[in-house]
Amino acid sequence: MIYASGRRIWGLMYRHIALYRASWPRLLELAYWPTLQLCIWGFTASFFAARLGSPGIIAAGALLGGVLLWEVALRTQMGLALGFLEEIWSRNLGHVFVSPLRPWELVAALVGISAMRVAIGLAPALLLAWLLYTFDIFAIGPVLLLFVANLMVMGWWVALGVISLILRHGAGAEALAWSVLFGLTPFSAVFYPVSILPAAVQPIALALPSAHVFEGMRQAIAGGGVAWGHLAWATGLNALWLAAAIALFANQFRAARTSGALISIGE
Amino acid sequence: MDVITVTGLTKRYDATLAVDGIGFSVPEGATIGLLGGNGAGKTTTIAMLLGLLIPTAGSIRILGHDMARDRFSALAKMNFSSPYVALPSRLTVEQNLRVYCHLYDVAKPSRRIAELADELNLHDLLGRPAGQLSAGQKTRVALAKSLINRPRVLLLDEPTASLDPDTGDLVRSWLERYRAESGCTILLASHNMGEVERLCSDVLVMKQGRIVDRGSPHELLERHGRHDLEEVFLDIARNRTATAEALV
Repeated sequence: MIYASGRRIWGLMYRHIALYRASWPRLLELAYWPTLQLCIWGFTASFFAARLGSPGIIAAGALLGGVLLWEVALRTQMGLALGFLEEIWSRNLGHVFVSPLRPWELVAALVGISAMRVAIGLAPALLLAWLLYTFDIFAIGPVLLLFVANLMVMGWWVALGVISLILRHGAGAEALAWSVLFGLTPFSAVFYPVSILPAAVQPIALALPSAHVFEGMRQAIAGGGVAWGHLAWATGLNALWLAAAIALFANQFRAARTSGALISIGE
Repeated sequence: MDVITVTGLTKRYDATLAVDGIGFSVPEGATIGLLGGNGAGKTTTIAMLLGLLIPTAGSIRILGHDMARDRFSALAKMNFSSPYVALPSRLTVEQNLRVYCHLYDVAKPSRRIAELADELNLHDLLGRPAGQLSAGQKTRVALAKSLINRPRVLLLDEPTASLDPDTGDLVRSWLERYRAESGCTILLASHNMGEVERLCSDVLVMKQGRIVDRGSPHELLERHGRHDLEEVFLDIARNRTATAEALV
């Protein structure tokens, strides 16, 4: 049973891996934006560090750390949502959903693919950060894994929300696959502390796991140690949001099977 | 033994009744045709049989499994082919078949793909992207995909649509042979009356969501006083009879 489940998950992952293996432009696209972002923000950070001295160096580190870690959430969310859209674009959903593949196995496969996309997309950016700006994000220590894990989980639940909207509203909602997480950037306090935000907006920021991750990251980069409180908040909020997104996905998947959207989606 | 049992199957979309309380059963090893004009409810019926669509009312049992509660157990032993559902176009034929070997938990994928390539003459196509194949080649590949798990129940939605007569005939011959050798049960929705007459032991004729006639092709021809199923189809679609037409 578990073996068969694993094979089905692998089957769908293999389909995406085969697609990437056959197309270097697709692989290039994965790394293009993270690398470009890193270059722009890296030079900006270098400029601040040169002008402001020691405080500028810390700010530059926070800026680069923010760029790299936010890309984790962005690429995870896009990877998962675009993996689903690939099935719509190739008119393959009809075959996939009449196979014994369970909906949760589909999501598991897309999670696997999104993790692969993040690893391939961010590796050149991490290397460049180290080579060009002598910025080693791994210097944050093992806690970095907890930051990354939280941002990946956030990418999953946002993507599940996007897929739910696609199931509900069809391909008209597919633009959200690229844009929705960018909309959360101002509230995620990626480049500045939550305290900078207007008081009315701060509760929104604090309801997002990402804001707690970046508060924790800045504390770690500034040598303030591990912000366990922020990490606990990020993890707890992620659990809540993920549970809500899974419930929404299950609900919309069933609604699509009732309305016939599963057959006509993408048309 | 009945492999498919459908009782009171209904699908309603708001004010539209797409399928209206139909019931039928399909014995093991039979090939049953589902005939009807556009909008008659054939594709909706097939979608409900496949679990893609939740019925408004009624029940479906396939291979003893209740599709409302246990559809995945049935789906593992079924398969489906339709020219309206594609395979990823940038993947090669072999990669596509390999994906479905995994999805259907087929043992020894390479061997199964080689078997199907032998049977459907696919060897020259295995390394080619699915999107670069002709309509006839795509149909053969879609058939290979639909047989990847050696299904006990095969649902085919217009399997020879858009094929030239030669390729269509090859596909029909192959389906006849496959059913005879494997004992597979086939439900075939088609607009091609010759195909239905040739392949099907029984035919269900649908109109406006209901089954309005059923029987073997021979029985239908006799009942309607016609020489071919196309005339029977037109009689039912246009509410006419052979006798009335003769008087005119």
